[in-house]
Amino acid sequence: MATAQAASAAFYRQLGRMYGMYTGGFLAFIIFVAALEWGGLQFGIERAGLNRIIGYCFVFFTLAVYAVIGVATRTAQVSEYYVAGRRVPAFYNGMATGADWMSAASFVGMAGSLFLQGYDGIAWVLGWTGGFVLVSILVGPYLRKFGAYTVPDFLAFRYGGNFARFLGVIVLVCCSFTYVTAQIYGTGLIAQRFLDMDLGLAVFVGLVGILLCAMLGGMRAVTWTQIAQYIVLIVAYLTPIIYLSYKRYGLPIPELTYGQAIQEIAAREQQLVREGLAVLCTPENCAAGTLKTHIQPFTTWTPLNFFGIIMCMMVGTASLPHILMRYFTTPSVREARVSVGWSLFFIFLLYFSAPAYAAFSKLEVYTNIIGNHINTLQPWVFTWGVHDGLISICGKAASSLQAVRDACAAIPGHTGIIRFQDFAINTDVIVLSTPEIAGLPYVISGLVAAGGLAAALSTADGLLLAIANALSHDIYYKMIQPLRPVGRYTVVVVILAVIVGSVVWFLRGVAGPYGIGVELRWVILGLGALPPLVVLPFWFGMNDVTKRLTVARVLLLYVAACSAALASTRPSDILAMVGWAFSLAMAGNFPAITMGIWWKRTTTTGAICGIIAGWGICLFYLVTTRYFPQFGVTWAGMTSLLNPETGRPLIDLTAMMAPNSKWVDQWPALASNPMANRVGWFDLNNINCGLLGMPLGFLVIYVVSLMTKPPSSEMMAYIDEIRKPRGRTVLEEKTT
Amino acid sequence: MLSDNEKTHWKRTTRLMLTHLAVWFFFSFVIHMFVNTLNQFTVPLLKFPLGFYMAAQGSLIVFVVMLFVFAWQQDRIDRQHGVAEDD
Repeated sequence: MATAQAASAAFYRQLGRMYGMYTGGFLAFIIFVAALEWGGLQFGIERAGLNRIIGYCFVFFTLAVYAVIGVATRTAQVSEYYVAGRRVPAFYNGMATGADWMSAASFVGMAGSLFLQGYDGIAWVLGWTGGFVLVSILVGPYLRKFGAYTVPDFLAFRYGGNFARFLGVIVLVCCSFTYVTAQIYGTGLIAQRFLDMDLGLAVFVGLVGILLCAMLGGMRAVTWTQIAQYIVLIVAYLTPIIYLSYKRYGLPIPELTYGQAIQEIAAREQQLVREGLAVLCTPENCAAGTLKTHIQPFTTWTPLNFFGIIMCMMVGTASLPHILMRYFTTPSVREARVSVGWSLFFIFLLYFSAPAYAAFSKLEVYTNIIGNHINTLQPWVFTWGVHDGLISICGKAASSLQAVRDACAAIPGHTGIIRFQDFAINTDVIVLSTPEIAGLPYVISGLVAAGGLAAALSTADGLLLAIANALSHDIYYKMIQPLRPVGRYTVVVVILAVIVGSVVWFLRGVAGPYGIGVELRWVILGLGALPPLVVLPFWFGMNDVTKRLTVARVLLLYVAACSAALASTRPSDILAMVGWAFSLAMAGNFPAITMGIWWKRTTTTGAICGIIAGWGICLFYLVTTRYFPQFGVTWAGMTSLLNPETGRPLIDLTAMMAPNSKWVDQWPALASNPMANRVGWFDLNNINCGLLGMPLGFLVIYVVSLMTKPPSSEMMAYIDEIRKPRGRTVLEEKTT
Repeated sequence: MLSDNEKTHWKRTTRLMLTHLAVWFFFSFVIHMFVNTLNQFTVPLLKFPLGFYMAAQGSLIVFVVMLFVFAWQQDRIDRQHGVAEDD
């Protein structure tokens, strides 16, 4: 034991040295680029060209670092590939989990939601932090003691067999795939804005970065790159607001000073209303364009939906496979618990700063834009206005001063003073534009772009790995390989047929409208066929371990390509997609996992019925309200959601369901259909569909378990083993 | 069958879990139901309305501290019952 302990202490010190040097190197790089910018300006290099060079520097330098780490930590061992050899110390695992957790939605989107929704946006902040308490007290340490490689592994063991495993894989793939598509889309958005690339191309550039990290080294490589990515993203997130806070209040701790900013916002809001520059949202009139005060609760969400989001995001945290699997990598159960604490600490650093971002930029907009004449607009407004109208004034994209003048002149009686309802900003812009709003050098903008990229890449890595691991470990290794040769080949051929069939269907039917030409379709088919053709000649000479890892890598490649293809079709509303992923994970996984650990009497039949019922109703609610609202209204008794402030229905269903309405015959409903996402039961937004699924899941598991025969005494003994930290993992015991 | 020692260990573990679950529930939901009442107070020095502060920072700080306290308490229980891992 003593030697192992000494070895792990040495390993720990070595990690500290390496990441210390890395952080120093990164800071030196920032200073170097800053010097470059200063020097470039001295020698009269044109501003726009210089900015672009700085953007490229940051994006490619950081990508190169991740790739080097990814290649350097490649591995050919199964336990290294799936769980990083189970020797990641609690502190570093916490950092890696932080990066795994914080996605493009957290980094880029959250401060924007807080800006627009004020108090109500805090539901996301609360929901995405408190869940770690549930991870630690209910789930994580017990799964670590169990010794699984994946979450379905646990379900299969506890609920006797491959049917439970299969259900677990379906839940995992559905929620992770929804989530990863949003990440790759976010990567593409950042690359597009800072490198001026076409979105489709940018998505694939980001993809290459992701694959370099994850493909060769699996969990091991992802762990060490995620730590590097965490350092980049936290430095990038905090630098601009620390500076802003120091400039405005003389104290470089924004979390302490933004209370004053909130007071000033409240005063300014009242002033705007008094001067007739804004109309206050009241229970009588709360139309679009009215002002919702920053600290007033329940103006965007009704209390039910506000607390629903908190509940769903928290429980979803404790059910998302890519997060749970991070705690499989610690050396011990004790370290797994401490590691959850460190994870939340590192996440907390960003999340409790996000409201400060929102408050500072809101104050800036309220004082320097609203209530001022259009001639005084700062240049940064137009640099964002030209990109797809991310900022619009007087209802038109603010691409130049002339465009703004023309747009406002078209409004009768407009005096040229910008009113509250004249100004609109896309939520994704808040964080990315803060350095420019604050008048910081462009090097800080480049840094923020690199941070956003790190956030999106690290989450995408973790998710892709979770999906590919489930497919290679659970489906291939545990379900297909043990079959007899005839059965094995049949299954493989059927799966291949389904995959090839759906790809051909995609390319023939769907690809056309998205502008994927005939040549490109052949290229895609060719690239898709390449990995199996490369692998095939070697296949029969491989041993089982190599076969397993090869399958894992090829599948990782395919999953990544599929989600990139989906992302390049520009799905809308990232935040909602992420919310769905949480609700699906919550309804499908949480009841079965927690009851499997905490209630010995839970039976296989009970758990399987519970997963199907809970997850089924969640999926039904989601799909119906999003894609088939007409069906929901006619057959499932759904009604319009209500406006939280006025309590009146959001949409006029009688008019929309009338036989001559153009919306009623739209199957499935497009995003532009006013009924999509706006109908439901009990005024429940479909982000919160887990609120229907989880209680039902618990109930069904409880009732059905009591009706069926109790689990064997052998199984009960295994559960007792899971509950005690001492001893070998249960899986090891079972296999030896 | 479980020994008495193991039974008490699990009982104490369960009680610890329920305590933390209750604290978690209070700071996730209950306290924010009174946001309007709390907003009438102001955090001294920092000038935040109290209800807003609890949601934006207060609850988060409680969660972080709670996790380290939980890890320490659970480890102590494990050690007292001799089921902790070797150091």
